[in-house]
Amino acid sequence: MALVRINGLHKHFGSNHVLKGIDLDIEEGQVIALIGRSGSGKSTLLRTINGLETFEQGEIEVDGEHLHPRDTDLRALRQKVGMIFQQFNLFPHLSVGRNVMLATQVVKKIGEKEAEDIARTMLLKVGLLEKFDAYPDQLSGGQQQRVAIARALAMQPRVLLCDEITSALDPELVNEVLAVVKTLAAEGMTLIMVTHEMRFAREVGDKLVFMHHGRIHESGDPQQLFANPQTPELANFIGSIN
Amino acid sequence: MAYTFDFASVLEYSDALLAGTVKTLALTAVGTVFGLGIGILGAVSRAWKLSPFDRIFAVYVELIRNTPFLVQLFFIFFGLPALGLQLNEWQAAILAMVINLGAYSTEIIRSGIEATPRGQIEAAESLAMTRSQVFRHVVLPPALLKVWPSICSQVVIVMLGSSVCSQIAAEELTFAANFIQSRNFRAFETYFVVTAMYFLLAIAVRQAMVQAGQRLIARRKK
Repeated sequence: MALVRINGLHKHFGSNHVLKGIDLDIEEGQVIALIGRSGSGKSTLLRTINGLETFEQGEIEVDGEHLHPRDTDLRALRQKVGMIFQQFNLFPHLSVGRNVMLATQVVKKIGEKEAEDIARTMLLKVGLLEKFDAYPDQLSGGQQQRVAIARALAMQPRVLLCDEITSALDPELVNEVLAVVKTLAAEGMTLIMVTHEMRFAREVGDKLVFMHHGRIHESGDPQQLFANPQTPELANFIGSIN
Repeated sequence: MAYTFDFASVLEYSDALLAGTVKTLALTAVGTVFGLGIGILGAVSRAWKLSPFDRIFAVYVELIRNTPFLVQLFFIFFGLPALGLQLNEWQAAILAMVINLGAYSTEIIRSGIEATPRGQIEAAESLAMTRSQVFRHVVLPPALLKVWPSICSQVVIVMLGSSVCSQIAAEELTFAANFIQSRNFRAFETYFVVTAMYFLLAIAVRQAMVQAGQRLIARRKK
């Protein structure tokens, strides 16, 4: 039984049909790399999975939580789906520790002491325990992104969505973030990543999903697809980024 | 013929000056607390377009911003009794100040709320926070922090503006000044002293507001 099931998903922005019937099953522990040109719908697909975008038709199911068109109460689903953004989006007025603690306290109603323990555990995991009392503007981009990962992990999600999480980073900071993601993958975390890091997708990904014009154009084993794309569009895309 | 200054004739009334100062500060404090409360409600209604409150607040803000404070005060004190709402001078003064600051702070705080990056709200939402949790923990504190200097200025303006409450016989500092100079006929000395007092009060209130802002909403430096 798949952890994430997406069936017949359609989404419009006004008259622009951005998702044209997406079907995708994701097993527990899988690492999915979503690739495609800008405007292909990959980020939109990711954002529908935790309700940041609505959709008109189809169904999403994550670990037994169903999401239907026009659903408004998304809290149960969102407790199972963590998300990390391109721009980190840390809360600037809170210390690193408080950033990680906030949702565990206000959403899960965990007490101060236990929330702090969880936050320290998660910051240790991303290698930033010593920054517990620092503020986001005192950190590098790579460190901020690792805090954002710790913040998402503190809610103990079943799936982690990563929306181009290294695209805003200076090149020398990309690897420290990818290393953390790699550790998570090795520990069995289910990951859905929109990424431009093709080498990483090939190395760590269990499944490559190539989106084109709002459809899943091709998907399969990353090694095979990169070596041997079945469609001219994917071949073209791989050629254009190498 | 040279004028002989006689400041002692003002200081004779130091009790009245002190009492007036306390009343002015009390008016300002109550006006600030409730005015900012209204401002926060108004700002979120406007910024997040919470129908129908957004439109109600829009009309309210325009009404208050485009009319003189003195007329607002007279309307409340002299006009409302016709509708059966009889307020004493303090109730009317406080109500007028709360309404006035509420309107201005709605606009000030709204600008802070609207400056919140969309991504921070999405990050909070994706952590399963409810809309009100997002507002309280993620949107409001940085928004207030951003606009706090403007809020401090507005509170000082409202405090100075409270002098017109003397016109409905609320015995605040300006009322005390008018009273004293009607007794000692020393207009220069009396208004000189009271001007200096307002000046110092304004500086003190601004300082207190800045400190309060750092305590309440700014990051706690370790």
